[in-house]
Amino acid sequence: MGAYILKRLISAVPVLLGITIIVFLIMAMIPGDPATAILGSYATPENVEKLNRDLGLDQPLINRYFIWLGNMLTGDFGRSYSLNRPVLDEILDRFNATLILAGVSFVMCSVLGILAGVVSATRQYGFADKAITFIVLIGISVPSFFLGMMMILLFAVNLRLLPVSGMYAIYGGGDLPDLARHLIMPATALAVVATGVIARLSRSAMLEVLRQDYIRTARAKGVDERRVIMGHALRAAMVSIIPVLGIQAGFVLSGSVYIEIVFQWPGVGRMLVDAILKRDIILVQGGVVFVAGAYVFFNIVVDVAQSLLDPRIKT
Amino acid sequence: MTTFLKLLFRNRLAAVGAVVLAAILLLALITPILPLADPDVTATADRFQRPFSTGHLLGTDHLGRDLLSRLLWGTRLSLAVGIVAALVAATIGSGIGIVAGYFGGRTDNIIMRGVDMLMAFPYILLALAIVAALGPGLMNALIAVAAVNIPFFARNIRGVTVGLAGREFIDAARLAGMGHTRIILTELLPNVLSTIVIAMSTTVGWMILETAGLSFLGLGSQPPQADLGSMLGEARSALITNPHTSVVPGIMIFLIVMSINLLGDGVRDALDPRLRSGALTRPRAVTLVDRRGNVPHADQKGLLNIQQLETQFHVGPRVYRAVNKVSLHVNPGEALGVIGESGSGKSVTALSVMGLVASPPGVITGGAVRYEGEDLLAASYDSLRRKRGNNVAYIFQDPLSTLHPLYRVGDQLIEAIQAHHKVPDAEAKARAIELLKAVRIPNPESRIRNFPHEMSGGMRQRVGIAMALANDPDVIIADEPTTALDVTVQAQILSLLDDLRRERGLAIIFITHDFGVVAQLCDRVAVMYAGRIVEEGPTATILEHPAHPYTKRLMACVPELGGGKRELAAIPGLPPVVSDLPPGCAFAPRCTKATEACQQGEIDLAGTATHTVRCIHPEEELA
Repeated sequence: MGAYILKRLISAVPVLLGITIIVFLIMAMIPGDPATAILGSYATPENVEKLNRDLGLDQPLINRYFIWLGNMLTGDFGRSYSLNRPVLDEILDRFNATLILAGVSFVMCSVLGILAGVVSATRQYGFADKAITFIVLIGISVPSFFLGMMMILLFAVNLRLLPVSGMYAIYGGGDLPDLARHLIMPATALAVVATGVIARLSRSAMLEVLRQDYIRTARAKGVDERRVIMGHALRAAMVSIIPVLGIQAGFVLSGSVYIEIVFQWPGVGRMLVDAILKRDIILVQGGVVFVAGAYVFFNIVVDVAQSLLDPRIKT
Repeated sequence: MTTFLKLLFRNRLAAVGAVVLAAILLLALITPILPLADPDVTATADRFQRPFSTGHLLGTDHLGRDLLSRLLWGTRLSLAVGIVAALVAATIGSGIGIVAGYFGGRTDNIIMRGVDMLMAFPYILLALAIVAALGPGLMNALIAVAAVNIPFFARNIRGVTVGLAGREFIDAARLAGMGHTRIILTELLPNVLSTIVIAMSTTVGWMILETAGLSFLGLGSQPPQADLGSMLGEARSALITNPHTSVVPGIMIFLIVMSINLLGDGVRDALDPRLRSGALTRPRAVTLVDRRGNVPHADQKGLLNIQQLETQFHVGPRVYRAVNKVSLHVNPGEALGVIGESGSGKSVTALSVMGLVASPPGVITGGAVRYEGEDLLAASYDSLRRKRGNNVAYIFQDPLSTLHPLYRVGDQLIEAIQAHHKVPDAEAKARAIELLKAVRIPNPESRIRNFPHEMSGGMRQRVGIAMALANDPDVIIADEPTTALDVTVQAQILSLLDDLRRERGLAIIFITHDFGVVAQLCDRVAVMYAGRIVEEGPTATILEHPAHPYTKRLMACVPELGGGKRELAAIPGLPPVVSDLPPGCAFAPRCTKATEACQQGEIDLAGTATHTVRCIHPEEELA
């Protein structure tokens, strides 16, 4: 097992390098002079020239890439112009918030989605199945940012049950119950679409497995139906559900950008959007590489989980 | 194509999706000729008018602009941007995919590595990076969304192209001296076009949503020009005071995405061959029992007594009579063979006993299955479950698919034991090892840690037998347990079963299509054809004096060891489909002795107390 994890970690290196190359190439597409783009059109020529030198923009593309990569490897992601602080510090401050939001949301959509899929499959064409299918259809069609706004209107403004936005109350609060109260709406809004997708997939995966001969074997030896479903069938269906969980994690992470804006959540997504609007290229660049890298590592976790589940995968 | 459309529109939800989408598209198309207010003219005095106010059907926004007008123009823009993005992504992505798939080798390798890298990003990060580089704006958002979706097309189309590139017509084109470009454009492209169109139809809704999302973040369309996303984004600051400005564009996005989803699901279902044939089995814990006639009275025959059993498959309007009034019984220590070709109903008979026929489509419509006199078809699920494996156990064919692939065989054995006996794990494990020893698996202590795929076919079959023996059942139903095995292993397993029934007084129902196996193991044999028993009697009698022409022909199919060169007589024709059986003998169309009388009406099983046959021209008269 350890060898397999190590192998997967090593295979992540070229992917991470690829990510940095892609981000670097995209940033090299900036039309005109990047220093002017960063500093704005009112910048003095001296400042532009200084920045060009600081960023190494006077050097050939390939040198610039290796300088940038080398800096990142030593933990230097550059300095944000709009915030006037190191990019990495800013990201690390905000990454926790994104991780909490996306993490809770991911757990919600995985658990609810798989449960809904299992119920749907075992009652195929029954009332529960039709109801779930209908709710799922609505769920995957509502844009998360619109859903978030409607939730604010209903639960925060009209019913006054939950706080409108933010991560903690401004006065008092700061503890776990306070965080939970602030987290319910954004995490739910973020989870809805992924829940629907996972529910659909789990349903069809379960139906496929329930047709298999080994399910009949389990029934023939007198195993209780609940154990047949939750033990034998779901265990086998998880083999095709887990890769989709990995893909959906990417969608949850993506959706968190919208949700962080709607709910004023102090995460990396909101930082990125603000940075783009302020043309803070260095901050965008660092943020994108950091989050994409985190996602690569999450996918390694998914692969390892998959290999633990399926003994047929050669480790 | 017509069946496809028929299936698509039989799906009511897909039809609803199509209608809604068509209406929205039509509205977007005719927007310029509708008598609408200018969407960009501000009138701050009229700001935040409620819906249904005079002159503004949907009210006005924070700058007093008519919301209906802005909604329609915004929808038009959003649809246009989404569709253009889809077209761009499809063109570039498919181009990349075709080139990679057609040239293969290193070109393919390098391109697909790059595509994989792009797919390693959560999509929005890539889109944000592109917008960050190019600057906010609708055009740049479109480029970003298209770029993000290119890998999806490249992957799909490459897959299809790789399959096509090796085919003869491509080789032929190459030999005819056509250049690469011409081959790609005239030979490959027409063949992958349908895949491209399907991939596009499934992603266009997604791309509309993504561009709306970027505009919502303020990175797409810039004021005063509005698409649905930026309308929603601008309305957000007035969400609490004037929610209608948010609700209007939000619902429109929802409607567009939902109608595309509905239509897409309909297309997918209509293309799914399994849904087309309507032959989906559904999973239930017990076969459905819906007995229309009277339940036969208990007649004290045998330990397990199947009486007048009828099992049918209801598929759409068709009814397949897989088991038609079958009566069988077996006594302790006895082995009963049930023999017949595939599709004769022998397996369905066996599975009906413990309610294991997949249901629906399977339904037990008549008869009774009595175990020690109790009718199992009337038993509750719980009582049936307690008998499964404990009193009546099964051995199935093909143990690779009948053993759970993800559990160790030891755990599967332990589970079988603990399903009926509350014993501690250690004790159950000791018993599992004992069972593996009983079926003569070497090194059982280490073998219990094997997964099924780590064992040979013969070993897996022994595990299947061990599992059936786990709770010391009274009856074992073995459904072709040796079919997949080679002859030596087959002989070992048969002698194993024979020992068990002599040692433990087990009753065995042995289902097979092989008379050789029957001769070796069974005391009595029943021959099935088209869901009915056509002959039944002691094995020796039937082997020496088969009465039914079908039995005789079936036996002629078995090569005799040492019998020298002898022609194997296959039975001409195929067994009938059991959905539409003519009256009388089902074998008549394939029978050399058939007369008109054979197909006139019901033929009963008749004969002596031990040997019965369902034939009016038997090979030998039964006295």
